[in-house]
This record gives sequence, C-alpha cells and structure tokens, in this order.
Amino acid sequence: MLASRPVADGQREARLSVPAIHCGACLRTVESALAGVDGVLHARANLTGRNVTVRWRDGSLPPAIVETLAAAGYPPHLADSARDGPDPVQSELVRALSVAGFASGNIMLLSVSVWSGTDAAMRDVFHALSALIALPALAYSGRVFYRSAWQALRRGRTNMDVPISIGVALAFALSVYDTIEGGPHAYFDAAVMLLLFLLVGRTLDHAMRARAHAAVEGLARLSPRGVVVEREDGTTAYLPVGEIVPGMTVIVAAGDRLPVDGRVLSGVSQLDRSLVTGENLPVPVSAGAVVEAGTLNLSAPLRVEASVAAGDSFLAEIVRLMAAAEGGRSAYRRIADRAAALYAPFVHATAILALVAWFSVTGDLHLAITIAVAVLIITCPCALGLAVPIVQVIATRRLFDRGVMVKDGAALERLAGVDVVVFDKTGTLTLGVPRLRDRDHADAKALALAATLAAYSRHPHARALAAAHAARDGRLDPAVADVREYPGDGLEARRNADVVRLGRAAWALARQPRDPAGPAEAGTVLAVNGRLVAAFVFDEALRAGARDAIAAFRGEGLDVEILSGDHEPAVAGLAGTLGVVRFRAAMRPEGKLARLNSLAAAGHKALMIGDGLNDTPAFAAAHVSMAPSSAVDVGRNAADFVFLRESLDAGPLALATARRAGQLIRQNLAIAVLYNGVALPFAIAGLVTPLVAALAMSGSSLIVVANALRLDWRPRRKRPLRAAAWRAEAGEGLAR
Amino acid sequence: MSVLAYLIPLSIVLGIVGLAAFLWCLKNGQYEDLDGAAERVLFDEDGPAGP
Repeated sequence: MLASRPVADGQREARLSVPAIHCGACLRTVESALAGVDGVLHARANLTGRNVTVRWRDGSLPPAIVETLAAAGYPPHLADSARDGPDPVQSELVRALSVAGFASGNIMLLSVSVWSGTDAAMRDVFHALSALIALPALAYSGRVFYRSAWQALRRGRTNMDVPISIGVALAFALSVYDTIEGGPHAYFDAAVMLLLFLLVGRTLDHAMRARAHAAVEGLARLSPRGVVVEREDGTTAYLPVGEIVPGMTVIVAAGDRLPVDGRVLSGVSQLDRSLVTGENLPVPVSAGAVVEAGTLNLSAPLRVEASVAAGDSFLAEIVRLMAAAEGGRSAYRRIADRAAALYAPFVHATAILALVAWFSVTGDLHLAITIAVAVLIITCPCALGLAVPIVQVIATRRLFDRGVMVKDGAALERLAGVDVVVFDKTGTLTLGVPRLRDRDHADAKALALAATLAAYSRHPHARALAAAHAARDGRLDPAVADVREYPGDGLEARRNADVVRLGRAAWALARQPRDPAGPAEAGTVLAVNGRLVAAFVFDEALRAGARDAIAAFRGEGLDVEILSGDHEPAVAGLAGTLGVVRFRAAMRPEGKLARLNSLAAAGHKALMIGDGLNDTPAFAAAHVSMAPSSAVDVGRNAADFVFLRESLDAGPLALATARRAGQLIRQNLAIAVLYNGVALPFAIAGLVTPLVAALAMSGSSLIVVANALRLDWRPRRKRPLRAAAWRAEAGEGLAR
Repeated sequence: MSVLAYLIPLSIVLGIVGLAAFLWCLKNGQYEDLDGAAERVLFDEDGPAGP
C-alpha cells in the first residue's frame, strides 16, 4: 500500500494523502507521532496539500507509518502515486518567469539611462551589457514559446508562438549586430519584456487550471480507494481497488460503495443504484444477484465475488463511452487560437511587405530589417497574449471564491455560447434523498412510532421518516423492542404485545386478503398487527436553488430539458413542479449520450448538469458540462465545472460570469487590435524606437489587464444576477 | 562616470544573487505549503528538524 520511491543513501520516501489535516496543531501532532516511529528519519506534513511526506531508512520492512497515523486520528488514504510530486510545467513556467523578470528589470535599468541620453561610448557599453543579460534569459525563458512554435511549424500550422519566436530571435540578432556596429538603437529590452508579459499570461493560466484540478482531486481523495478482501484462509486484507482481480471475495459493509462488478455470495441487503441508473428507490439483493460497481450498499454487509477487475467494470464501460464521445468536443477551438490563426499570417505578411518595400525604396537592407523587426515587435501579441488569459483567470478566481471550480479557460468560452440546458434529475435537480410529503400534517403518534422503527435502518424512506420526526419533537417510542429489518420488505418490531411493521403495504398488511389490484406500492405504510395505522408518501427534496436556477436559465433565453434514468411518473411529477415541459424518463447512459449527440447535430450547444455515472458519457458529448461536488469521481473529473456548495445557483452564476468574461475577452481583443491599428503605421513608417516600443507594449498590456479587472465590480453594482432579480420579483409577487 | 565601472557589475551580481536565492527557495519547496508555514511560526518548541 505504501508506494514509495528511493532517495539517496538507502532511504525511501513516500507521500500520503491525509485529508484530516486542517490546522496548525494537526501538523505538529502528525509530525511528532511519526517522529516517534522506529526507522522514520523525517516527516513533514503539508497543510496546503493535506499530505505528509515521510522518509525512512530502507530496511526489511517499512515502518508502521499507516498504523501510527491512524492511531493518531489522521488515517492516511491510499496515495495515487502517479499524481505525487510537484507539477513540472508549473515549476518550469515560474522559473522562466523569474529569470525573465530579473533580466527585463536589469535591462530596463540600462535602457532608461540610454534613453535619457548617454554618450555614444557609454551607450555601446550598456548595449553590450544588455546583450549579455538578454542572451541567457531569452534562451532559457523563451523555451516554452520556441517549443510550441516549432511543433506548430513542423505540422505545417501556425500559432501565436510563431510570430513571438521569430520576433524575439530577429530582434535579438539585429540588436547584437547594431551593438557591434555601434548603432543607436537596440531592442533587447523589448524582446525580454515581450517574453515577460507573455509568461505572466501563461503562468496565470496554468496556475488557475492546476488549482482547480488539485481541488477536484482532493475531493476524490476524500473517499477511500481501498477494499476489504477476504482471503481463502479466512483472513481479511485491505487492498487498493486497482488490485482486485476476478474471483476475489470482497466484503462490502453497509454504507460503502461497491468497488467492482460482481455477484453476491451471501448477505441480504438493498442497493442504492441512483448514481448508476438514476433510479431513486433501493433495489433488494440477495445471494446470486449481479451487482454493479458504484452502487451503494444500504442495509447489511454483503460478500461479493468480483466478476471482473476494477478496470473492466461498469465504470470502465462508462469511460469507454466517454472516450468515444470525446470527438465532438475537440472540434472546439479556443478564441485565442482562432484569433492567432487570423493574426499570425497578417503579422508575417505585414513584416515581410515592410521589409521588401523599404529595401526596394531605399536599398538599405539594415534599415529594412530594423523596420521589419519593429513591426514584428509592435504587433507581437503582447496584449493579445494577455487579453484572453487574464480575463479567464479573474473569472475563474471569482467563481472559485463562490464555490465553482473551472477546469480550464476553454470551458468558460464554451459555456458563454450555450443555448440548451440539460439536467439530470436524481442528485442534480433533487438531492437524491426522499422527503416525507405533508410533513406538517402527519399524525404525530404514528410518525413517532414509525420514526422509532426507522431509526434502525438506512433505507432512504426510513431516513426521511426519522428526519421528519426529528424536525418535530424527535422523542422515540421507548416501548419498541426487537427491531428487525427484512430487506426489500421493511422493518418489524414488538411494542408490548403488538407486532409493528413499517414497509411495503403488501408485506406490512399481510393479514389482510391480498388485492392484486391494490394500492400503488410507492408509499410506505405503518401497520400494527396487520392493521393499517398510517400511510406515508414521499417525494424528493429539491436541491436548493433548483427553481431559481431554471428560471434564471430561462431568463437568459435558454431551453431547459430533463433527462433522467428514473421512472416516468417520478420524472413527470418533478418536471411539473419545476414547470419544465421537455423531459425524458428511463434513459440509459447510451440514451442520454444519443440525446446530447442529436442536440449537437441539430446545431444546439448544450450545457449538461448531472452527477451520476449514467450522466458521464453525456458530459463528453455535451458542449460543456457541470457537476455537483457530490457526483461520482469519474463524473467530477469529466465535468468542466464542479460546484462545491449545495445550491444550483452555481449554474446561472457560472453562466453569467462566462458571458461577462466572453464580453470582456472580445473587448480586450478589440483593444489589442485597435492598438495594433494605431501602432502599425508608425512601425511601418520607421518611427518606432525602442523607447516607443517599450511604452506601447506596457501601455497596451496595462489597459488590457485593467479592462479585465472590471469583471469583478461591474456585475455587482449595475447588473445583479438574473437569479437574484427573479427572486426579488417573485418575492414581490407573493407579497401582493 | 568611472564609478559605474564597478557599480553596474555590482548591481547585476546582486540581482543574480537574488534570482538564485529565489530559484533555490522554489527548488527547496519553500513555497509548497504557504498555509502551513503561516501556522508553524506559532509553534512554541522546535518541531522535528528539517531535511
């Protein structure tokens, strides 16, 4: 279980995820507990990452790290060794950024003295010094861009990095030539500053994505990835899910999720399959039943024989469906790439035209190249490189603060364009938890009796009864004894001389003659000695904000649709409550996928909001997808947006932010183009000195960043969210 | 102006020292647990020694 790696001198190191770390005192407790373990050389807990890095002497056996941590109250989770260690891209970008910052600061210092008028000898010395600083900085910090430009060129394409690389390389070469020749102008400062600004954009962009990914992974780690396996000799072992092979006997405690597909060997229980099929009511299972990974065991422990390895289970089937659906998504091209596709050829053509024109008019090659370089530098997408990421970083940050995590900037762009919202029902529009209907009118005595029995069960209906009773007075009936659960039927108990049953009508009222066309079995009845005392009807608790969210989406002109795996009546009832006209019930995962595909084929851009395994393939086919943090791991990892708070308000909030961000991105691109339109004639006319280039570049970048910052304040002041406005209107309506 | 002959190299060397210090901190993991570092300053006794 300890995935460790060797470090120097016969020591090994491992990093364990410890979600229970949450304060400074935890750090000390964990570290001193581990320091006391024999063989441990060093332990360092990390509060930000909620993990602990342990180093120990490589001996015959690893020290009792896991046991010690568990005993200290900080149970470690099976670490996903592949994801450990620092993010290499992030550290490369930060290193490149710091080198570029150092170089541009020092070169700028020298350049300012040149601009303020040094004599020729001093100027040449300063230029030479600048060249010495610029060469390593450009070589080191620019690698990110050269690599990407080279890859694009090799495939015969062009991207934003091609003009950047050419511009930087040409500017440097020309400036070196001018320095040797003692010319008045050198563009070292412009070249390094260009890289600095672009690296700021890249680093912010990457950091934002890395943070969202880490947060989502953190959620996954909260659920243990281990399984209790029964060996042939009767002993048990705790193994990672990945090590389960067909034929193993897995013990699934009540309240655990099934790790693999399999067949029940022994035990009688009920399974909550809502994450798999979207169906809300538990299914009774007993020996011989075939069960799917991802279902939740409700009432009693089960021994399950794994029929396939974890990698081949139902979950993996879903992942395959997703991979097949992924194709449509990759057709989307980011705004920045589309802009670059138009922009790069234009820049190249202009620079070459300027070169040819000046050379043919004046016959001075050096002058012509200088002007071509000035054109490349001034048009280089400095503002363009910041225009898109800076807005997305600020939008992401704003959503993050409100509990919505965005996986990457492209998702924001896609969300801004949606015209259909597709909801899953169970777990998304509803909390997936039944609620007692007419709670306030139920007979208090009957409810107290029912709740006393219900307290012994994990069945959703039982929990709803217990919750309803707890909300009123919560006192249980002390005379109830001998409570037994019959999976699939209900609960039975003794109360003095009476037999009390709570459960399926046909079972609880068994002493009455059976009426085949009897009452619908949707409800649960309470019976004493077979006589009906009370019948309870349940509906599903709506997720907070579901109504507001649907109204807000409608207000934005979007169509709303429900696709559910649940039965027709349940879906129709909910759709009626929410006023949604278009809904489909009893959908399989393939059905949802097909519906999303047909929407896409009809030219619609759909936002899919769902939480179950059965929604996950549809995520891949949807234009953009969103999941609550309670969703299954696969769904959460596949979704573009994950919202952490319970309320569905997150949907309209994300949409409003994405639309606002899209607006600002277009403004920023317009500003960048406008700036180029103004600056380009000067560059072609040969009027752009290094001083002008530096001013123009920083000026345009500052304007773009300032414009992006408007995202933070304007909606709050002038444009309240539509959901809030709708709520205010509804409130007024009620008041009248 | 001769003062520049050693002041400029000096300033650049100082800048490089600063850059090297930053890169060393980065490599050393000083920025990996910013929340934890804020808490550790409040510990009374010395914790387990660092690497």
